[in-house]
Amino acid sequence: MYDFTAMTDSINKYLNVNFSPFWAGLIAMILLGVTILTFYSVLGLYLVYAERKICARMQNRVGPNRVGPMGLFQTVADLIKLLLKELIYIRNADALLFNIAPFIVIAASIMAIGAIPFAKGLQAIDLNIGVLYVLAISSLGVIGILIAGWASNSKYSVIGAMRSGAQIISYELSVGLALLCIITYAGSMQLSEIIASQKDGWWIFKGHIPALIAFVIFLIAGTAETNRGPFDLAEAESELTAGFHTEYSGIKFAFFFLAEYMNMFIIAAIATTLFLGGWLPFHLFQWDGFNRVMDFIPPVFWFFGKTALVIYLMMWFKWTFPRLRIDQLLTLEWKYLLPINLMNLVMIAFLTLMQWHF
Amino acid sequence: MSREDITELVARQLPEAKPGPCKQLLEFIVDAGHIRMLADYLKQNPLTKMDYLFCLTAADRKDGLNVLYFMTSSVYHHSVLIRVILADKAHPVVPTVSDLWKAAEFYEREVFDLFGIHFENHPDLRRIFLSDDWVGFPLRKDYKDTFTLER
Amino acid sequence: MKEILVDIDLKEKEEYIINIGPQHPSTHGVLRLETCLQGEEVKYIIPHCGYIHRGIEKMSEKLTYPQLLHLTDRMDYLSAHINNEAVALCVENAMEVQVSERVKYIRTILAELSRVASHQLWWAAFGMDLGALTTFFYGLRDREKILDIFEESTGSRLIQSFITPGGLMSDIHPNFQKRVKDFIKYFRTKLPEYDDLLTGNVIFRERTQGIGILSKEDAIDYGVTGPSGRGSGFHCDIRKIAPYSAYPLVEFNEITFAEGDTYHRYLVRMKEMWESLNIIEQLIDNIPQGEIMLNLKAIKAPKGDYYQRVETARGELGVYIVSDGGPSPARIKYRSPNFSNLFVLNKISAGHKIADLVAISGSLDLVIPDIDR
Repeated sequence: MYDFTAMTDSINKYLNVNFSPFWAGLIAMILLGVTILTFYSVLGLYLVYAERKICARMQNRVGPNRVGPMGLFQTVADLIKLLLKELIYIRNADALLFNIAPFIVIAASIMAIGAIPFAKGLQAIDLNIGVLYVLAISSLGVIGILIAGWASNSKYSVIGAMRSGAQIISYELSVGLALLCIITYAGSMQLSEIIASQKDGWWIFKGHIPALIAFVIFLIAGTAETNRGPFDLAEAESELTAGFHTEYSGIKFAFFFLAEYMNMFIIAAIATTLFLGGWLPFHLFQWDGFNRVMDFIPPVFWFFGKTALVIYLMMWFKWTFPRLRIDQLLTLEWKYLLPINLMNLVMIAFLTLMQWHF
Repeated sequence: MSREDITELVARQLPEAKPGPCKQLLEFIVDAGHIRMLADYLKQNPLTKMDYLFCLTAADRKDGLNVLYFMTSSVYHHSVLIRVILADKAHPVVPTVSDLWKAAEFYEREVFDLFGIHFENHPDLRRIFLSDDWVGFPLRKDYKDTFTLER
Repeated sequence: MKEILVDIDLKEKEEYIINIGPQHPSTHGVLRLETCLQGEEVKYIIPHCGYIHRGIEKMSEKLTYPQLLHLTDRMDYLSAHINNEAVALCVENAMEVQVSERVKYIRTILAELSRVASHQLWWAAFGMDLGALTTFFYGLRDREKILDIFEESTGSRLIQSFITPGGLMSDIHPNFQKRVKDFIKYFRTKLPEYDDLLTGNVIFRERTQGIGILSKEDAIDYGVTGPSGRGSGFHCDIRKIAPYSAYPLVEFNEITFAEGDTYHRYLVRMKEMWESLNIIEQLIDNIPQGEIMLNLKAIKAPKGDYYQRVETARGELGVYIVSDGGPSPARIKYRSPNFSNLFVLNKISAGHKIADLVAISGSLDLVIPDIDR
């Protein structure tokens, strides 16, 4: 019912008619870049605020409530503070690598946002290998982390970066395999096609048990990918001060911080798209009346609502559980998640062949 | 074991041990040369089994530096205090008991740090609280500190 | 201040030395742990204490007994009442005076409340060190209730100097009994929540079971007392071995386990909180009337040597007073439990990882000012 393809097509036509192809392309890129960067920053700010409020409530406190109504401008104030901080330069640190690391991490994160479908037609780029693209791009972030740890010239940072590197590389396998399960069901890697295949029901319901297993594994592996929750020993304050970003101050630290929250958003968005139906509304069986009402709510709300639910789950984990040690973390991945994932994938392949899903 | 039994045991093992002034604990005063033998005996003897050294300290008294060993048994819960009086305050030396009780290794470092008593054959005798270049031993009565501690 | 480095021989090529502390979020005080690591594995640890050495024993030689009492709370400040009680009992036994039953009851109740408060803070910090940051707030929220009770009766939350030779500084507030009974009822509903949050959690068990095993022989040899020693099977509870104050009148269990790992040291403290609540419950309704402070002309211990042992939240505290008959001691020595508990850290963490080191030192529950005095 709500279709943004008309709007994007009209903008495209307007540009192509009035400017030469080169300029049209350039202006389109600039428009898109500005939109995505604004969206990224604002969303990042409010994710930080949401985390602080949610964690405060779980800990029997109130959270930020002074700066702005209900504390809504708290993160803006924090951002201004970080911008005004002195940038500390480390002697004997590799200056080029030290400065480039936060940018690599943020660039990887922003590029992944580009592929996520927010509504029908509201997608920056709709590759036919959409899922693979998102996975590949978010893996570039690990390079930034390793560079940050190494270039800081400090033992604590190196230990943190090595731990983080090992963790992210291991869990990428699980993330990929869990997504592969849904791709097998849907038959395509293109994100808009995957959503289209969920018109008659979300994969988490249609795919019954194997899809549920894949969802749980994806959540666990996704949390580990972003160095969050019970898997955050790379930046465990009580052990290594702050791990790989110990030596960063001011805006560079803000980049790492922001990238962590936006990576969490990306994982939640991918989970929503593949398992929970993306921007599709919640339809119950064939109850037309109920479904019509659900259809009225704009898809952007559906998308952000589902993503918010997954993000809330991830925050809940973080503030409840203690952390895992590095060897326990890697044991979890290689000895438990990976075999379960592989067996799950085989089962799903079989189910798809037999058409034994809904 | 009762106090009389322990006194008898010690008297048989080391006749030179004298009774001490403490009323709350059973106390013996021995020489620096005999402390290791008596401590080892009390630790190994199955009737006393003094396997827990709960305090090792020193006090600067008029008759010299007194080194005090407080030991008890984790099984029988009877306690003994052994006092060694070192009359020579300039070069106080006493053999270590850190091979009998590991706890003694650290108590003796503290005594060395604050009193200057040297423990022979101690594995790692160096200061523990004060910095390594501190001059003097603060808990001695004749300690003069450069910034006024007492009014 | 110059510190001569110990001559460390790095045996293998991949060993490196890292300093944990003196300023560090998880050492809970100023303690420097010079750690030799190979990769993630700890080879050995050399603890350096003395950063907060204030010379309490030397200072006390110039102060009278009521004055030096105020210095004792600043050693192990989390169980301040018990430190005060140790000195008070030592002086009273030296002077051979007996305090009234009322004083004994109140001293024991305050000591047990201190113990519970100390264990609450320990639990809060232990969970936080392991990454469960919410436990910090839950533990402190419940501890506030005890601190409010202390403030109402003694005037101060953390460092009270309330129990003094001869009795107590003043009588307890009329609300004391009711507030303590309310607290017992409230906290008995919260302790199962604590178990839900940490004790039963799979991640927590993986982090603590089998880590930092201290054998009973080592515990006795190093003199590790308190819950850390009892977690290894060393029966060292002074409240049972040489009871003082109102302990002979109450019934409670001494909690010991044989395994000696971090998880069982944790369990000892959790169960001790239940036992402390039972002790308080047995005493709170029957506090007899009596005088609060003995009419002593002067607080002077007669000439001689006196030793008193008490059980603080962390282990056995000993007070040794050498007196020449004057109002000040000629020598006072505090045998602090944390001093003995610290040095076993090297023995039990060798071979574990850095993350385990944090769990182990959290389970030993060290308060650094008590180590350094």
